[in-house]
Amino acid sequence: MSGRTAVPREPTLTIYERSREGRRAFTPPRLDVPETPIEELLPHDAIRREPPALPEVSEPEIVRHYNNLSRKNFDLDTGFYPLGSCTMKHNPKLNERVAALPGHARLHPLQDPEYAQGALELMWNLERALSEISGLPHVSLQPSAGSHGELAGLLLTRAYHEDRGERRHKVLTPDTAHGTNPATVTMAGYEVVKVGTAPDGGVDLDDLRAKASDDVACLMLTNPNTLGLFDRNIEEIARIVHDVGGTLYYDGANLNAVMGISRPGDMGFDIVHFNLHKTFTQPHGGGGPGAGPIAVSDRIEPYLPCPRVVRREPANGKDAPRFDLEYACPKSIGRLRGFHGNFGVFVRAYAYIRSVGGDGLRDVSETAVLNANYLRALLAEEPIAEYLPIAFDRTCMHEFVLSGRGAREKLGIKTLDIAKRMLDHRVHPPTVYFPLLVDEALMIEPTETETKETLDRFAEIVREILEEAKEDPEIARNAPYSTPVRRLDEARAARQPIVRQPRQPGSGAER
Amino acid sequence: MLAAIGVGSLDELFAEIPESVRLRRELDLPPGMSEQDVFEHLSELAARNRHADEEVTFVGAGAYDHYVPALVDAIASRSEFLTPYTPYQPEISQGGLQVMFEFQTAISELTGLPVANASMYDGPSSVASAGYLAKLETGRARFVISRGVHPHSRQALRTYSLGFAAEVVETPLDERGATDLDALAAAVDGDTAAVFLQQPNFLGTVEDLGPLAEAAKRTGALLVCSVDPMTLGVLRPPGDYGVDVAVGEGQPLGNRLDFGGPSFGFYAAQERFIRRMPGRIAGETVDAEGRRGFVLTLQTREQHIRRERATHNICTSQALNALMGVVYLAWLGRRGIVEIGELMLRRTHYARTALGLEPINPGPVVREFAVRVPDLDAFFERARANGINPGYRLGRDYPEYADGLLVAITERRTRAQIDALASLVARQEVHA
Repeated sequence: MSGRTAVPREPTLTIYERSREGRRAFTPPRLDVPETPIEELLPHDAIRREPPALPEVSEPEIVRHYNNLSRKNFDLDTGFYPLGSCTMKHNPKLNERVAALPGHARLHPLQDPEYAQGALELMWNLERALSEISGLPHVSLQPSAGSHGELAGLLLTRAYHEDRGERRHKVLTPDTAHGTNPATVTMAGYEVVKVGTAPDGGVDLDDLRAKASDDVACLMLTNPNTLGLFDRNIEEIARIVHDVGGTLYYDGANLNAVMGISRPGDMGFDIVHFNLHKTFTQPHGGGGPGAGPIAVSDRIEPYLPCPRVVRREPANGKDAPRFDLEYACPKSIGRLRGFHGNFGVFVRAYAYIRSVGGDGLRDVSETAVLNANYLRALLAEEPIAEYLPIAFDRTCMHEFVLSGRGAREKLGIKTLDIAKRMLDHRVHPPTVYFPLLVDEALMIEPTETETKETLDRFAEIVREILEEAKEDPEIARNAPYSTPVRRLDEARAARQPIVRQPRQPGSGAER
Repeated sequence: MLAAIGVGSLDELFAEIPESVRLRRELDLPPGMSEQDVFEHLSELAARNRHADEEVTFVGAGAYDHYVPALVDAIASRSEFLTPYTPYQPEISQGGLQVMFEFQTAISELTGLPVANASMYDGPSSVASAGYLAKLETGRARFVISRGVHPHSRQALRTYSLGFAAEVVETPLDERGATDLDALAAAVDGDTAAVFLQQPNFLGTVEDLGPLAEAAKRTGALLVCSVDPMTLGVLRPPGDYGVDVAVGEGQPLGNRLDFGGPSFGFYAAQERFIRRMPGRIAGETVDAEGRRGFVLTLQTREQHIRRERATHNICTSQALNALMGVVYLAWLGRRGIVEIGELMLRRTHYARTALGLEPINPGPVVREFAVRVPDLDAFFERARANGINPGYRLGRDYPEYADGLLVAITERRTRAQIDALASLVARQEVHA
């Protein structure tokens, strides 16, 4: 940047640093009841002595502050976001509109079911659709995200075994698994047993056989797995786990590859979670909200979370069916959260499913796989492949993983440097350094909603970055240059954590 | 594109999937529809719900009909907040990261505790998650929880405890609808990992937290307190009582009712728990040029780094809802949080007096109270006929209050509406 024309950047201020005593946005409603002194209504000891130091700012300042912050975010509506395993597909705008209808947005969760028939029918319909997509008969929408669904799944497994008088202690997870899988295993009170990966990228069957025992409660699997590969031995895997009495859990993070093509229930899975924020277009919100409904087989059904949405057929066979919440679930694992789950997310997912329809969901998966393979082919061209070889050279599903080993050895730049240089090209980098078994991994998931031109341009950007690094690796090593901030000192943040704004002088709230 | 890949057909791309697990039929789902038709269909479903603008609702019990200012919608609907994911690349996520930092500050201020995370799924799952922290921290596996804690929180704690192999012991409320101090003190022993309270409790009672906290902490158990953020302008914050972990439901802060979700949970704690807390935490740092910036920090707690040794499995939580919460709190501001709390407090006491029904919790209340209604079914029917949803029936969760009605007051419930509810009580008495 030219030293003569540049003006200094505005300092980064938090909303608390913009606070000035006496400014305000909120005007309280008129007091229409007696102004009884607070001391007469609350015990002296229960009254807060000093107000919390929330900011004192006007509405225009709030709007400008957050709008300016928003401009420091890269987002899916602005550019390509091939973040592997996150399914950053377009979020249809209609979904926001229907979620905001007062009949949805302003509906109290404890409204009498008689006056919430539309909401319960929507939940029922969504459950039925997810059941059909997964090939498993029973659904609970309650879990709030994928990891919440995983916890539900393992607690269901525990309840199932304990109901049969069995106590099992181990859960198998492949070494390619998402981090949530082993974390969930521990939280659900089981011990993690890792299963290795075969040279073709699938589960190592010999290792699985060696570790399958009658102490194994469950195998958690993602299929296609986090390498983007469909495990061809899935039926054999299911057989091995079922033969020792374990359940098979399907991590639905990668469901976008196989809708209408292959169903987890038909592969032998007992429990599936869906990520409505991945496969079913709920906007990711900067890290939620999502939802993680689960579908299960008959033998798991009695233990599903409570309450359940039920459809009651009319006694006379003529009236419309009625929908209700069933609280009598004697074998249920109970509740995982308040109320009925993230209903607003259900509205969006349901609107999406009705928009594309059954045939459309298959098209979605076919196009997602087509786009991934096309991009894989582009990135397999030289000189890219020399520096970023594909980790497992097979037809991929909706995503694939490259290794940055070549770039590190031959160009002296790491996967992190490539990712940071992509920021200057205004694309979001792929998921990096995952899965762990691939050295310098880049995990790329383009999704079905991107055009060929976008994929071509991405491959071109990768080529440009590598060619530039051949000339001068320092450029990538110090990237990015055009972003609101440069590389950040994460070590310092962790060493001396500053996780809140210190109180401001003049906030009227200094201690 | 197929040629570039080197295949002849789309189907070849799926050759890896064994034929025996291929679905060789269409999904049995309705065909796709035009945008307009989907809108009509969803509108029809929505019209079959009676929402909070179509009746005067006194239902609360964990979700409240507060006014959501227009600027919350305007800011939260910006695509830059709506459509990115977790800020794994901080250089292009400074907006979201700073929002998290500001949110953590607001929660820390409200609760009077030094550290807070960037959100949890909701209130009840936050209560359950605090149990996991207590288990990790103390190595004990017994939880004592007051029946004054929201039934959904108690149930979520029980569900999570199936995995923690922890026992959950509930202690009763006394004849004034407050946590029974003696019963709580008797239940806490040397094996107790945590004691759970709620302020105000589910019936709306303002608990006498001082003695309860003392009893809870006597044997080294952690004290977890669930709090209603809308009351924290008037009520002493949990930090003042030496609470170890304060959690709660964020829906009242600028989030829609949404039939119960999505909203957000919050989680604040004493400093010594910072490396064991669940969830994302944003921290301040500097960039390569010394400029201020924010990153996700202390990630060695988290599942994507620590895997089976993570302190929780939570990944995606409720970032957008937490954004709505912090924007709302900026809108209320330092004085507004007190003013709205005082308004609710005064109207709540006015309502309890105006109704003139036998209180279940005659002591101090802030925004909700419980009363006994002689013929509850008839009362509901009469209220419904007058466009009023009079409250939440306590019977399902508290068989001991089979005739109990929990009445919630927000800044939206005016004196005129309260008087209308009270007039139904008066008429009922005439009928009786």
